[in-house]
Amino acid sequence: MHDGSSALALVLGGDPALYAIVWLSLVVSVSATVFAAAFGLPLGALLALSHFPGRTAVIVVMNAFMGLPPVVVGLAVYLLLSRAGPLGSLGLLFTPRAMIIAQTLLVLPIIAALTRQTVEDFWAEYRDELTAMRIAPLARVATLLWDARFSLVTTLLAGFGRAAAEVGTVMIVGGNINGFTRVMTTTIALETSKGDLPLAIGLGLFLISLIVLVNAAAWGVRRAGEVRAG
Amino acid sequence: MRPPVSDLPLVLDAVSVVTREVALVRDLSLTIEPGAPTVLLGPNGAGKSTLIRLAMGLIAPTSGRVTWGGRAESDGRRRAMVFQRPVMLRRSAAGNVSYALRAAGVPHAARARRVAELLAQVDLAPLAGRPARRLSGGEQQRLALARALARDPEVLFLDEPTASLDPAATKAVEDILRAVAQSGVKIVMATHDLGQAHRLAGEIVFMLRGGVRECAPADRFFAAPATPEAAAFMRGDLVI
Amino acid sequence: MHTRRTVLAAVIALVLCAPAFAQDKSIVVASTTSTQDSGLFGYLLPIFKQATGITVKVIAQGTGQALDTARRGDADVAFVHARAAEEKFIAEGAGVKRYPVMYNDFVLIGPKDDPAGISGSRDIVAAFKAIQAKGAPFVSRGDRSGTHQAELALWKQAGIDIEHAKGPWYRDIGQGMGAALNTAAAMNAYVLADRGTWISFKNRHDLVIAVEGDKKLFNQYGVILVNPEKHPNVKKEYGQAFIDWLISPVGQKAIEGYKIDGQQLFFPNANVPGA
Repeated sequence: MHDGSSALALVLGGDPALYAIVWLSLVVSVSATVFAAAFGLPLGALLALSHFPGRTAVIVVMNAFMGLPPVVVGLAVYLLLSRAGPLGSLGLLFTPRAMIIAQTLLVLPIIAALTRQTVEDFWAEYRDELTAMRIAPLARVATLLWDARFSLVTTLLAGFGRAAAEVGTVMIVGGNINGFTRVMTTTIALETSKGDLPLAIGLGLFLISLIVLVNAAAWGVRRAGEVRAG
Repeated sequence: MRPPVSDLPLVLDAVSVVTREVALVRDLSLTIEPGAPTVLLGPNGAGKSTLIRLAMGLIAPTSGRVTWGGRAESDGRRRAMVFQRPVMLRRSAAGNVSYALRAAGVPHAARARRVAELLAQVDLAPLAGRPARRLSGGEQQRLALARALARDPEVLFLDEPTASLDPAATKAVEDILRAVAQSGVKIVMATHDLGQAHRLAGEIVFMLRGGVRECAPADRFFAAPATPEAAAFMRGDLVI
Repeated sequence: MHTRRTVLAAVIALVLCAPAFAQDKSIVVASTTSTQDSGLFGYLLPIFKQATGITVKVIAQGTGQALDTARRGDADVAFVHARAAEEKFIAEGAGVKRYPVMYNDFVLIGPKDDPAGISGSRDIVAAFKAIQAKGAPFVSRGDRSGTHQAELALWKQAGIDIEHAKGPWYRDIGQGMGAALNTAAAMNAYVLADRGTWISFKNRHDLVIAVEGDKKLFNQYGVILVNPEKHPNVKKEYGQAFIDWLISPVGQKAIEGYKIDGQQLFFPNANVPGA
């Protein structure tokens, strides 16, 4: 039984099992954010710059998918990766890789939608100049993404926050296997269901602190960059 | 190696630009020849900006046509433009010029030298490393000029380039433009500032309400404007 | 710019397409929340790994969900506690053979102030009747787990058609044992639990054991190897090794040895015929 102080001691005390869980949480969520950014940044930028029939519908759906329920994404990926499913032969279910894939899908709409909005705003400002300089479409994407980089840091943080905070997706596709796919959020859920609420809260505060730290670091990077580049 | 193609004479033939309910430019014809700077003069809303954008190739006319050196299609490689409010890329002054050079196809090896030359030409050499967004209004406009000149343009379009600048900054820009014109670049500039037109123009195109009212060499225009509206404009009346 | 893109594409391809290492020494066992939440696996599995070098990865779900996972071939072994469901699983060819492993018992947990007036009784069916008659708050797992199926069987034995007799007093939460106990503690309600989870449960508030000891509360656990003919990916040697260890004297002794606060949670009975 953990009371408040012993729970705190456990959380801060360097328990290797706990650190493994924290490390896995960061690996999964950071990887998912990176992959989602790799697809979402160019996707959002391209969408901002292109015009085609049905564009509005695509944007509306993409914005709506920012609110995809994690448990639904988890279920969909589970059905895909299950042995009985189409991608079952990859043997990815109940592994960290499956968790990364699922979280990437969860975070992708957030990054794409927010990038689309940001780049569209920047394009409104940059349109004349870039057109006068005859910049090719793909180069425009690169230029706008780079110039919007500080705003996009916030977008990436939004994506990371979503990934780090959710439990539904990783629980279903990861299975919360002790030592393999257990992350902070699933551990909190588990300890809650075991009735060890002080420990669950302790872990919860630790998780929040980690997310705050990541945000603070990103803020620092952004400020330093802004000072350098105006 | 093919002889370089020229965008001049630049001919606008009965062009109109009509958006929704407003005609920005109506049935306008104009020929821009190589030589001394052509200044588009007129009050706000006359259609000067629209005309410049048509000539630059930024917009297409809703009727009529534009030809560059007799060609209906031109890749615009040797046209450049400076806007009233320049947009600085989020990098240093040198970085902005380097970007323009790269967009103009200048190979990597030659870029550093050209950046230094261009910055010197617009008198921004000491500010090469400064973030461009932190330059003053006048400095940014000079940087925009450097970016435009990076394209080694045959024709340089400017849309009210000093309208937002103080007199000192305006003078700096005009001095650069004078030197650029002397080096053989054709300048086409829109302004509503009579004094600036006086100082820079070789030819005046006086515009009003989407059309060309008068087109004459500068000294003849200023000595004796042919139309009453031009005369009224020069007196300082509000010409509606 | 281009090299960066190629590297990124390569990394993505590697992550997504590289199959999990084929025969690493591990199996996936689909089991129940009651075995996980009681801490039994945390105790047993290191012993098993020490003996055989096989890593056991446990997915803890309700019995119904665990058998579904096994049915889909996403697990190598199923370790659950609902005999009827297990036998159906074998009958449909999804599993090879059912081995009894251990038992514990269910206990009816309830609030200290005992609104249904059943505390201390040894008659679970009468207790259920009293709860329904008095409309005392009752939390049901509602998740096709072994515990849930046992609860439904008891309602049936009490002659109550719970589907139609349930009212606002019956709280069907659709979650695991820990969550059900938490909910019962917060609502001051009755809940059927397995003793193992109850002993290791830490958030009891005003809950105590209301009814225990009735033979009808007997809870048998069985272990089944998923049929490798249906799912060639099943690691049958390692899976069978796990089963064999569980029912071996060593494994059985280990199960017997798991205690919380000096109390034994699970009782090995692999060698009891008809278990």
